[in-house]
Amino acid sequence: MKFVDEYRDARAADRLSHAIRRITRHPWSIMEVCGGQTHTIVKSGLEDRLPPEITLIHGPGCPVCVTPMELIDKAIAVAMRPEVIFCSFGDMLRVPGSSRNLLSAKALGADVRILYSPLDALKLARRNPERQVVFFAVGFETTAPANATAVWQAEREGLENFSLLVAHVLVPPAMAAILDSPDRRVNAFLAAGHVCAIMGYREYEPLVERYRVPIVVTGFEPLDLLDGVFMAVAQLEEGRAEVENQYSRVVRRDGNLPAQERIAEVFEVGPREWRGIGAIPSSGLKLRGRYRGFDAEERFPTAEPPAEQPGDCIAGLVLQGIRRPRDCPAFGNRCTPENPLGAPMVSSEGACAAYYLYRGRSENTWTGI
Amino acid sequence: MCLAVPGMIVSIEEEQGLALRRGKIDFAGARREVCLSFTPEASVGDYVLVHVGFAIGVVDEAEAQRIFRSLEEMQIAEELKGLE
Amino acid sequence: MDGNLTCPLPPATEERIQMAHGGGGRLTRQLIDGIFRPAFSNPALDAQHDGALLEINGARLAFTTDSFVVRPLIFPGGNIGDLAVNGTVNDLAMCGARPLYLSAGFILEEGFPFETLRAVVASMRDAAREAGVTLVTGDTKVVDKCKGDGVFINTAGIGVIEFPHSIAPAAVQPGDAVIVSGDLGSHGIAILSVREGLEFEVPIQSDTAPLWQPVEALLRAGIEVHCLRDLTRGGLAAALNEIATARRVSVRIQESAISVEESVKGACEILGLDPLYVANEGRFVAFVPEHDAVRTLAELSRFPLCRRAARIGRVESGSPGLVMVQSSIGGNRVLDLLSGEQLPRIC
Repeated sequence: MKFVDEYRDARAADRLSHAIRRITRHPWSIMEVCGGQTHTIVKSGLEDRLPPEITLIHGPGCPVCVTPMELIDKAIAVAMRPEVIFCSFGDMLRVPGSSRNLLSAKALGADVRILYSPLDALKLARRNPERQVVFFAVGFETTAPANATAVWQAEREGLENFSLLVAHVLVPPAMAAILDSPDRRVNAFLAAGHVCAIMGYREYEPLVERYRVPIVVTGFEPLDLLDGVFMAVAQLEEGRAEVENQYSRVVRRDGNLPAQERIAEVFEVGPREWRGIGAIPSSGLKLRGRYRGFDAEERFPTAEPPAEQPGDCIAGLVLQGIRRPRDCPAFGNRCTPENPLGAPMVSSEGACAAYYLYRGRSENTWTGI
Repeated sequence: MCLAVPGMIVSIEEEQGLALRRGKIDFAGARREVCLSFTPEASVGDYVLVHVGFAIGVVDEAEAQRIFRSLEEMQIAEELKGLE
Repeated sequence: MDGNLTCPLPPATEERIQMAHGGGGRLTRQLIDGIFRPAFSNPALDAQHDGALLEINGARLAFTTDSFVVRPLIFPGGNIGDLAVNGTVNDLAMCGARPLYLSAGFILEEGFPFETLRAVVASMRDAAREAGVTLVTGDTKVVDKCKGDGVFINTAGIGVIEFPHSIAPAAVQPGDAVIVSGDLGSHGIAILSVREGLEFEVPIQSDTAPLWQPVEALLRAGIEVHCLRDLTRGGLAAALNEIATARRVSVRIQESAISVEESVKGACEILGLDPLYVANEGRFVAFVPEHDAVRTLAELSRFPLCRRAARIGRVESGSPGLVMVQSSIGGNRVLDLLSGEQLPRIC
C-alpha cells in the first residue's frame, strides 16, 4: 500500500533507531497523545527499538476511553428504546457503563449496529422512516467534521428520525491539563497527526511558549513515530522547545479550513467530563442552537444515572502518564479486557489493554524480549 | 484515536443540490465511496487520507519523501565522518 | 483537573451469552472451559483437537461437528452451503483423517425462499462432490418468522485415519517449523465487504475450499506432521494460541513472512482490523519437524490453493502458551487471544 508500506520498512527503522541512540544523552519521558499512535507502538514493538533512556507515556488520546460512564449509561438507555436503531463505531460497544455495555444491551434486545461512517447512519434513517436512528458521535477533532456533516445534511434533508448522542472531546485542553498537573512527568509531546490534519498546529504554539515543552506533530506509522521521537529528543537534548511538524505529508499549519468551518457551523465548545480525569473546561463539543433538535439527549430524556463509585482502578493516573498500567492493583487480575474496570482496558488501544494484550500479561514469564 | 488511511481517488462526483463532493477511493484494491467535501482541491489520482468515510487531507507526495531524504543525508554525514 | 481520580467499579457482569462468546476468542474459551468441558470431560474431548479421535473395533476414526450461522448467507466466493461442507471436511482433515460421510441439519426460518434454499443445497452437493464425501443423513426443522436468520446449518462428519502417526497438539515439539498454507484473511474480508453498514468493494473472494488433498499429500510424502489446525474464526492468532496453550510451548513468528493479499490488507487498514485475527475457510497451519520443513513447502506448492504457503516461525520451549510476533520493524509483541470478534474501530 502506497504511503503505508514504506513507513514500515525495516532498514529505515534500523537507521532511525540508530540515530535516536546516537543523540540520546539523558532520560526523557515522551507522551504520544493519540491512542492510534499507542496502537502502532505496541503492535510494532516499537519500544524495543528505543534506547533505555526513552520512556513512552501513552496519553489520553482515545475518545472511546475518555467518554464518561454517565454517557455510556445514557447511550444504553436510548438504545434500549424499541423505536431506536442505535449506531456506533465498533470500539464503543465494549466500554462499560455503570452496569453493562452496549454489547450486553444488544444481548438484551437493543438494536445496536456497528457502522463505518456517520453517513451510513443517515442512509439507515432514510431507509427506516418509522424508526429513530441515533448515532453515537464519539471522537476528537478528527471525527468532528464527519459527525457535523451528518447533522448538517440531516437538517438540509429534513430528516426528522436522525439524531446524535454527542461525546466529542478536544485535544489541546487535555494536553494543557496534563501540563498543569503537579505530578507531571511529560518532557515532550508527540501530538496527534490526524487531529492536526483538521486543526493545524497553531493551537500548540502558545502551549510551547507557556510550558517550554517540545511538541512534535507526528504521524501513525512506525517510521513516523520513530522520526517523531528523534525530533523530540533532538529538541530536548539541545534545550529547544518548539512546535515541529513530522507529519508534513498531511498536516499544514492552518489545518483543513473547510472542515474547521463545518465544525464551527454545527458545534460549539463547552465543558466536558473526561472519564478517569474529571471535568476540563472548554474541552468538548455540543450541538449549536440551530441543530439542537438533533441532540439525542434532548430527544430522549433519561433519568439521571448514578454517580461513579470510587474503586481501586487507577485509570485516571494512567491516562495522564503519572502511573503505568502494571502499577494498578487490579491490572490483569480483577481488570481484564473481558471484565474491564477502567476505560483504558476497554479499547484495544487503551493503555491498559495494550499492555495486557501485547506485553504485560507475560512479563513475569517471558524474558526473551 | 482517529484511524485514517491513505487511498487514491479513482472518480469524483459533485452533487450540486447538497454541495456534496463524493468520490470512489482505492485502498490497495479495496474500494469505498468517500465524502470529499473537505478536500475541494483534490483530483483523480491524488491520494487522500480517509477517516470514517471522509477525506480529511491530501497527501503531499514531495513531503512524503522527507523522512527518507533526511535519512539519506544522515547516512552521508556519517560516512563522511567515518572518512575523516 | 481535580486530584480526585476515580474509576468506576461495575457490578459483576450479568451472566448472559453475548456475541463474543461465539467469536473464537477468550470468551469462547471460557465458555467451553467453564460449562462444556467440565460437564462432558473425557479423553477424546480433552485432547482439544478439531475433532475426536476414536478407535472402534480396530478402525481409527475421526468424528467432528460444526454449525454455520453466517450472515449474509451468500457472499463473494461462496455461501453458507459450501461453507458447511468444507468446514466439517476440514476439521476431519486437520485430524489427519480422510473425510468420508457427513450429516446435515437444517434449521429453516418460516418464510425462507425456496430459491435460496435450492442454491444453498446445490452448492453443498457440489462441495461434497469436490471433497469426496457423501451426505448420508440429515434433519430439517422450521422455526417461527424472526426466530432464525433464514437458514442455520449444522454438519457432522466421520473420517478414517489411514496413516499411522498421531496428529494432535500433544505431538508438537519445540523446534518444530510453523507453516501456513496460504495468504490470510480473504474469507473474513469477503464477508465483511457485504455486511450492512460496512460495505466496500474488494476484488477478492472467500477462500472456502476443502483441505484434505494437500494434507493427504503431506502424509503420503512421509512428512512427520505433528499438528494441523484450520484457521477459521479467530484466524491464525487463535489457532496458534490454542496449540501453544494445549501443548504448553511458545510459538514465535515473523509478521513479514505471512502473506496477505493487497486488497485484504487495504480493507483491514480501513476497518482497523489485524489480518492475523481474521477468519479463513481454506487455510491451515502445519507443525512439522525442522528437517521436513522444506519438503512440506515443496509438497504444498503443488496445489493452487497453497500457492502462497510459507514458513512463518517456530516452536520454542518455555513460556507456555505464549505466541510472539516480530513486526516488520523488528520489534516484538505478544499475539494474544481477543475477547471475542474483532470490531471495526475508529481509534
